[in-house]
Amino acid sequence: MVEPDAHKFDTKSLHAGQRPDPSTGSRAVPIHQTTSYVFDSVDEAAALYNLEVGGHIYSRISNPTVAVLEERIAALEGGVGAVCTSSGMAAFHLAVATLLNTGDHIVSSQNLYGGSHNMMTFTMPRFGISTTFVDPHEPKSFLDAANENTKLFYAEVLGNPGIEVLDIEAIADAAHSIGVPLVVDATFATPYLIQPIEHGADVVIHSLTKFLGGHGIAIGGAVVDGGRFDWAASGKFPTLSEPYDGYHGIVFTDEFGPQALSMRARAEGLKDFGACMSPSNAFYLLQGIETLPLRMQKHVSNTHSVLDLLDKHDAVEWIRHPDHPSHPDHELAKRLYTKGSGAILSFGISGGREAGKKFIESVELASHLANVGDAKTLVIHPASTTHQQMSAEDLSTAGIGEDLVRISVGLEDPADICADLDRALKASQR
Amino acid sequence: MLINLADSYFSAANGGIDLKEMNENDPLVVLIHGAGMDRTVWFQQTRFLSHHGYRCFAVDLPAHGGTEGPPLETINEMADWISSVIERLGGPAHIVGHSMGSFIALATAANHPDSVLSATLIAVAEGMPVHPDLQTAADDNLPKGASFIAGWGHGPDQHLGGNPTPGLWMIGGATAVVENSKPGILSLDLSICSSYEETLQQAQSVKCPTTLILGSRDKMTPRRAAQPLIDALTNPTVVELEGVGHMSMTEAPKEVRQVLLDNFSNS
Repeated sequence: MVEPDAHKFDTKSLHAGQRPDPSTGSRAVPIHQTTSYVFDSVDEAAALYNLEVGGHIYSRISNPTVAVLEERIAALEGGVGAVCTSSGMAAFHLAVATLLNTGDHIVSSQNLYGGSHNMMTFTMPRFGISTTFVDPHEPKSFLDAANENTKLFYAEVLGNPGIEVLDIEAIADAAHSIGVPLVVDATFATPYLIQPIEHGADVVIHSLTKFLGGHGIAIGGAVVDGGRFDWAASGKFPTLSEPYDGYHGIVFTDEFGPQALSMRARAEGLKDFGACMSPSNAFYLLQGIETLPLRMQKHVSNTHSVLDLLDKHDAVEWIRHPDHPSHPDHELAKRLYTKGSGAILSFGISGGREAGKKFIESVELASHLANVGDAKTLVIHPASTTHQQMSAEDLSTAGIGEDLVRISVGLEDPADICADLDRALKASQR
Repeated sequence: MLINLADSYFSAANGGIDLKEMNENDPLVVLIHGAGMDRTVWFQQTRFLSHHGYRCFAVDLPAHGGTEGPPLETINEMADWISSVIERLGGPAHIVGHSMGSFIALATAANHPDSVLSATLIAVAEGMPVHPDLQTAADDNLPKGASFIAGWGHGPDQHLGGNPTPGLWMIGGATAVVENSKPGILSLDLSICSSYEETLQQAQSVKCPTTLILGSRDKMTPRRAAQPLIDALTNPTVVELEGVGHMSMTEAPKEVRQVLLDNFSNS
């Protein structure tokens, strides 16, 4: 059988979303540093404002540089479209705010980035949206927690910081069995390692700040619309399947079909909430994505070198990475992540909190900061930083002990990374 | 929206305008989708025409999109159905068909001349043979069938991107539309297309004005394959879109809108 006519992943990383600029011939994506766009006529302006035709109006809603990034991410994920936002958290908020209303309910994995956990635990309830947190390993736990107001299941494909591996297909099947979508955060994986839509996820959230950008110089997020969930048939999503007076009674599913979520998220969410991405940040993030395949290969191979070091080290009590045989999800990871399961790992340091502190303060090459997915190796102690707002009970439930140290393995020479970690580990035991 | 038709109903997009608010004096336009697709492939035209002086309806054929019911099994049956839709909506109508929909539009114009003001045929040819691997994938309800259509259906520029609607990935959108079709529908539609042999005969009996919109990079209905049909029609207008593949409505939406406006006003 012949193969479908489509560019491969590496080619899309470089080209998707952009044709060379027709007026200047510019090969690189130009930075369209403009707030607004001249209309050809009053009629064209009216048509743009009324969603009759596609095009740019104002850079809070769309921008040509940002649009290249949006198409590129959608292409890499196998979606129908994407909406970029000012941050990953803004992307998560945009997805929730586009789909849910007051009184609605989310069933979420308990193994999450602390910021997402915080938003669902403390912030969303102020707007009448509640969340039940569950163990992401069992589809039944999601179903048991669901009620008549549940509108989506949410999880990270690789959890934070324990790197729990989500069985995307199983949780998607559970979500679809009650007529709700599975929304996943795939920040730690990037589309190079897994494309969740292919496995049944309906919406993919990214913090582009991390591996997709890869350079640690620009904050950004994206909501990727899978285009496969039937919002109208579900009957649970009036924002998409019922007339919207904001655009003269438009029904997004009627007009835009599989692209309904993308269109509503932009036409309402970006327009009214305004968490848009700047064109300069889109440009920076595009530079990162051009080398995503090469970088992710190196991130993974360096991670395996670090795992080898930690595996043999006397100062290490345990290791958490799905590519390590001790990880509870190792077999699932081997099935889903054939190119490796990312470059974030955690380990337990002998000596607990004090040793952890000494380790963090002893690294010289690795940087101690609150980010992951940089080209440079990063270390952090989650219990005192990223997850500090969680109670002791929640920390325990999420598998975050006081001895846990998280590493985001960078692109330096693996010998240098390992030497630095080895030196700091030894220092931590003195 | 759902619109009643005899003892059933059909699904259509019309730009979100309440039927009661539509001006019955405005010309009627009916847009007909292709194999395995639905009304939403016209999203770049439907809402625009509905807000520019036309009663425009992009319809879902039976068993497609939001229209239930058993699928129709021949082009002529589909033409009869379109004729009944036009009557229900207060025709006659300007009809616009894409790919398989262009065969339906041609057959409607030939078999129901009183229903049709003009026929615009997008991505049309004398015949539409289907690649055996595509037919096999469709027969097996494989996602690859959708990937074949989306891949072959777009010109090279669209494989790079630059969608006029910001943030939408055109290849992904077409893939999703076909993947979302009901099981067996793509297979049936493709077999209907490949076995349809009445094009030239019907073209010779068409009396209304006709326009063909052809993409210069169309791999599925190549430009040269349309020539016998062009020769059989009486004074057709032929518009060739440079660099465009099989999906002109989404690949070159502005150009297609303008051709339609010109065509309607001249008919």
